[in-house]
Amino acid sequence: MAEAQGGRSLVVDAVTHRYPSGALAVENINLDIKGGEIIALLGPSGCGKTTLLRIIAGFIAQTQGRIIIGDDIVDALPPNRRAVGIVFQNYALFPHLSISENVGYGLAARGVDKATRQREAQRLLELVQLPTMAERLPRQLSGGQQQRVALARALAIKPSILLLDEPFAALDKNLRLDMQIEVKRLQRVSGITTLIVTHDQEEALSMADRVAVLSHGKLEQFGSPSDVYDRPQTLFVNTFVGSTNRMPGIVVSADRTAAKVRLDAGAEIIARPAAGALTEGGRVTVCIRPEHLQFVGDETGFAGVVGMSLPLGATVVHEVTTADGSGVKISQARIGETRALESGAAVRLAPLAPSLANAFPATL
Amino acid sequence: MGTAPASRDVTSYGMGLAAPLALFFLLFFVAPLLQLFWLSLHNDTAGLHWGLGQYLHFLTDPFSLSVLGSTLLLGAEVTAVCLVLGFPIAWLYQRVGPKLQTVIILIVLLPLLTSVVVRTFAWIVILGRQGIINATLQSLGIIDTPLKLLYTQFGVVIALAQVQMPLMTLPLITALGRIDPNLDDASCSLGAGSWRTFFRVVLPLSLPGVIAGCTLTYAAAITAFITQSLVGGGQMLFMPMYLYQQASTLQNWPFASAISIIFLLAVLAVVSVFTTLGRLSRGYGGA
Repeated sequence: MAEAQGGRSLVVDAVTHRYPSGALAVENINLDIKGGEIIALLGPSGCGKTTLLRIIAGFIAQTQGRIIIGDDIVDALPPNRRAVGIVFQNYALFPHLSISENVGYGLAARGVDKATRQREAQRLLELVQLPTMAERLPRQLSGGQQQRVALARALAIKPSILLLDEPFAALDKNLRLDMQIEVKRLQRVSGITTLIVTHDQEEALSMADRVAVLSHGKLEQFGSPSDVYDRPQTLFVNTFVGSTNRMPGIVVSADRTAAKVRLDAGAEIIARPAAGALTEGGRVTVCIRPEHLQFVGDETGFAGVVGMSLPLGATVVHEVTTADGSGVKISQARIGETRALESGAAVRLAPLAPSLANAFPATL
Repeated sequence: MGTAPASRDVTSYGMGLAAPLALFFLLFFVAPLLQLFWLSLHNDTAGLHWGLGQYLHFLTDPFSLSVLGSTLLLGAEVTAVCLVLGFPIAWLYQRVGPKLQTVIILIVLLPLLTSVVVRTFAWIVILGRQGIINATLQSLGIIDTPLKLLYTQFGVVIALAQVQMPLMTLPLITALGRIDPNLDDASCSLGAGSWRTFFRVVLPLSLPGVIAGCTLTYAAAITAFITQSLVGGGQMLFMPMYLYQQASTLQNWPFASAISIIFLLAVLAVVSVFTTLGRLSRGYGGA
């Protein structure tokens, strides 16, 4: 059996999977994951992220492509021989076995004797900070505790890859943050290559070294959290990750690094061609995040009328209706006594910097 | 069960609502049973002399004991066959699409939808000397002389197993359906093969269903008068037929009563063993 493998690499090589009905679940996914990385598979439900996870685990045999763990192509191996640890969304602890037996289950399957199993289970329970729970049954534990046990159970087999399927979805907000820190700590300690499937972008951005954004079975972008957030490569990534204002417009002039766009809202702004070169005269969608807009006093930018102001604690979000009738949100940090904006006040808005407005060819 | 005494909440109904059924049972079940018991305590057929003679007779008579023994053994065999054949069906049911599920449930329920007499005669046609099995085997040249299938223990067990199968399969389907399918995957991902997963996860978690199924099948199999008598024929004697002969043919009512009471106690003993096992396994599969 596989020995302690700190961080084996994982390569998803041109993986395509079709359901028996013929529908594509995932299409030509390529991921090159280094040993010890935390990767988040981010996407809305139905984007194929769970299918990809199950393919890596071996529960689904992909139609095309290869899964390579370390130096081994594992496609021919059944799940029980891949040494891949999984934490399920509902934890899937064995309800009839004690916590200690749950943690030791994988070791028992490897023929480890009982005394060693119990010792190892105890060591892992201490690692997940549940040293006194060994003799309890899963249902006697809280959700967060069950999740720690599920983690300990997955780590017990010294997996080469750790897969977490929506691990924090069932936890309430405070507990979720605690567990995210906990998982990150355990991952640092063990150095195990970890894949987290999530639909929660904050979770993906905060936990992962790199984020793979999926939509409709396709890989939209695979990059660092700041890449994905600040330099989205597709309109989908820009709108799915973080919030954004989508403003339609026409390209006036364009080169490789900058494009002058006339917005339908009534201003010419400089935007970054995020998905490659743009053609002059073509329709584009410009994405500007609410925090990347500012109020301007001069005649630059586009005009609008303030509709509503929402004080959200650290920031205040104003909803502004532009000349073409569309709504734009602008978020301002609350520094000192923020200028109160009356509903109905006329304002002008502009992006903070050209690189913060991303232009995508309009798909309509 | 676990409800606190003296706490009357709004959802508790008066015991009065159960009275009609209770009265019915009292009149037509408890009273005859007491009468039966009273009758069994007489040493002579006329019912004049009190004593435990009938029980002594039964318990010291090797023939009577062998009938009791073979009846209990028959129940065990039928239960075992139902469990071994029924489990894969129930397991399969949980792993196929909704269309196939309908087909499976129909097949499982089919025995319940036909009369027990019809089903039993069908088995006589199948198992008989000139029956379907013998005719097929002979025409294929596999055997020269017909096998004796009818009027054998084997025949009775097979026929009863088919008749009682739904009683085993339905509780099993329910029990298996309550197991989280992720547990299978979890076990597999932890390195366990299919058999380990089955014996360490699936079987323990389905125990409540196994025990319910076994109890029902067992109780139904040993009391199945018609199938036992028709498929077993004259050579095979089981408790229900023995009882019938004593009461109807020999008019020995006190002895027949004693047989009933002993049989009842034997069945209760076996059922209570199952229930005890069930209670022990209740820790498993909790919601």
